[in-house]
Amino acid sequence: MTPHKIICLSLLSLLGLGAAASAQMTINGAGATFPYPIYSKWFDEYAKVDPSVRFNYQSIGSGGGQKQILAETVDFGASDGPMSDENLAKAPGKIFHIPTVAGADVVAYNLPGNPALKLDADAIAGIFLGTIKKWNDPKLVALNPKAKLPDTDLVVVHRSDGSGTTYIWTDYLSKISSEWKEKVGTNTSVNWPVGLGGKGNEGVAGQIKQTQGAVGYVELIYAIQNKMPYAEVKNSAGNFVKPTIESITAALATADIPDDFRFSMTNPPGNSAYPIAGATWLLIYEQQKDAAKGKKLVEFLKWAAKDGEKMAKDLQYAPLPANLQERVLKRIDEIKY
Amino acid sequence: MAVVVPVPAEKRVAQARMAPPSRFGDKAFEWLTLAMALAVVGLVFLVGWQLAHGSSVAIRRFGFHFLATSTWDPVAEQFGALPFIYGTAVSSLVALAIAVPLSIATAIYLTELAPLWIRQPIVSLIEMLAAIPSVILGLWGIFVMIPWLRTFSFPLLKKFLGWTPLFSGPIYGVSMLAGGIIIAIMILPIITSVSREILRSVPDLQREAAYALGATRWEVTRIAVLSYAKQGLFGAVILGLGRALGETMAVTMVIGNTPQIRASLFAPGYTLASVIANEFTEATTDLYLQALFEIGLVLLGITILANLLAQLLLKTMGAKMTSRAVQ
Repeated sequence: MTPHKIICLSLLSLLGLGAAASAQMTINGAGATFPYPIYSKWFDEYAKVDPSVRFNYQSIGSGGGQKQILAETVDFGASDGPMSDENLAKAPGKIFHIPTVAGADVVAYNLPGNPALKLDADAIAGIFLGTIKKWNDPKLVALNPKAKLPDTDLVVVHRSDGSGTTYIWTDYLSKISSEWKEKVGTNTSVNWPVGLGGKGNEGVAGQIKQTQGAVGYVELIYAIQNKMPYAEVKNSAGNFVKPTIESITAALATADIPDDFRFSMTNPPGNSAYPIAGATWLLIYEQQKDAAKGKKLVEFLKWAAKDGEKMAKDLQYAPLPANLQERVLKRIDEIKY
Repeated sequence: MAVVVPVPAEKRVAQARMAPPSRFGDKAFEWLTLAMALAVVGLVFLVGWQLAHGSSVAIRRFGFHFLATSTWDPVAEQFGALPFIYGTAVSSLVALAIAVPLSIATAIYLTELAPLWIRQPIVSLIEMLAAIPSVILGLWGIFVMIPWLRTFSFPLLKKFLGWTPLFSGPIYGVSMLAGGIIIAIMILPIITSVSREILRSVPDLQREAAYALGATRWEVTRIAVLSYAKQGLFGAVILGLGRALGETMAVTMVIGNTPQIRASLFAPGYTLASVIANEFTEATTDLYLQALFEIGLVLLGITILANLLAQLLLKTMGAKMTSRAVQ
């Protein structure tokens, strides 16, 4: 083959590739890291349902997701916390919050013999405010009369990076403790009264696993993967509940969810609801600018809300309960393109 | 400088017939390199300007308090950078205290003492250390170094040096000292290889002269080699310091990320670079982001300041040396 022919052929193949790429549409999204595993699974599976559309999702964090949807540099954003009124006011159009799945924060610990522990709101707030300093504190002993609690210091571990996990955690603490609400408050990262900061779920989990007497919060799946013991937590109905997919979905079913879906599901009523859980949202403009893209996006959202939800359990996320799923589908129908 | 020499008439005619030598290449090369050099300077200014622009509201809002207060509260939007500045300074100093003697000793061994066959393998190994990604070192730090420090080294340090405030208080493992050690490991290769190059550039005449005067090996190294290479070695240390100030990932994973100022090196700390890495992605409010930008500006300022101070030190050092030589 002469060099000329090679060049001609490669040019032709390039053109061919270009044609194929232009036939495929790419929908761009960015945001939360917490739901990234399930979103990437959805995009993967959806490629089989509709091969003409491809998704490109950058898990850059909820702050980045909100910023990018406000700047309209992505087709959808994703966030572990609902957007604030202040941020929504900056948007050039109305933004819908579409809840997708929920997860839980568990209280993981490391004690000699790793006894099963039960904790209530007062105990958790006390530990993280630094008022409960020792494992054999009367409050902890009263909750766990059977467990052998040592006379050692509690080593509190929290996330150092801003995260949705911390948002859920501080949201719960703010609801159950007025002192926490006043002194610390709710955010993706806060001014911690006590404790060491670990980077990421893996950092916190690693720290707890290595330090005897440590206690901290991680996402449920990290506690399961690292085979760490985690506590049962007393909910607002007075029952001790173990964090499971079912008890998180129960919390979603009983949480008070307003029409704009900007809700917090920590400490909900309900007998079997686990109290420290939170949802994650997709952020989408009501009025889509690109009609073709908007249509494909709505088709995907409907698929995700119906078929996608079934994949949640395998990845340790709690799917939306039926009543909420119906409301979400109705909201998706309101997207205009 | 062009020197004008009168040219005889007949030669002038010959020159007129020949095409004059083109200076275009030289000029183009000069302009090109100038543009490159200016681009680097421009880049530094651009980064500085961008950071200042991104943090203008925070600067106006907090003023000097930003540098002097220690509360970092994203909820109440109160931001003070003092614990981070302290953490960056202390962790870098700890790193230098560990890395400088180690690297310079290694460099001396490799250039002055080691048998030839062993030099290259050791050099390659040290350079390999520089190739380990920061995050891998961090993970190694969490899972290997920290447990080891907590069970062996730290209790030992506490036992013998516990009477000083530097090594007192409870031991968690993650700490300012652990952060300093990780940074030390990361800056070791750069200080070692630069020092080695500098020691190698010491002329052999220096050594031979010292030997001729009857100096021992140690005396030769001290008098002929080290004092000759002093300035260069200092430069190597400054290069290391520059890296130490900006180290992020590995440090974040082992330093404990607690914004506080404690005398004890066993207490957890926090650095400027770490807080940016930790909180930037999830910062949703404007003032919060602005404060993080300002942290970046402070870090840039500290790096430039450290370099300026180093230049100044080098200059006074150089002046002293020449004056001694004149005497």
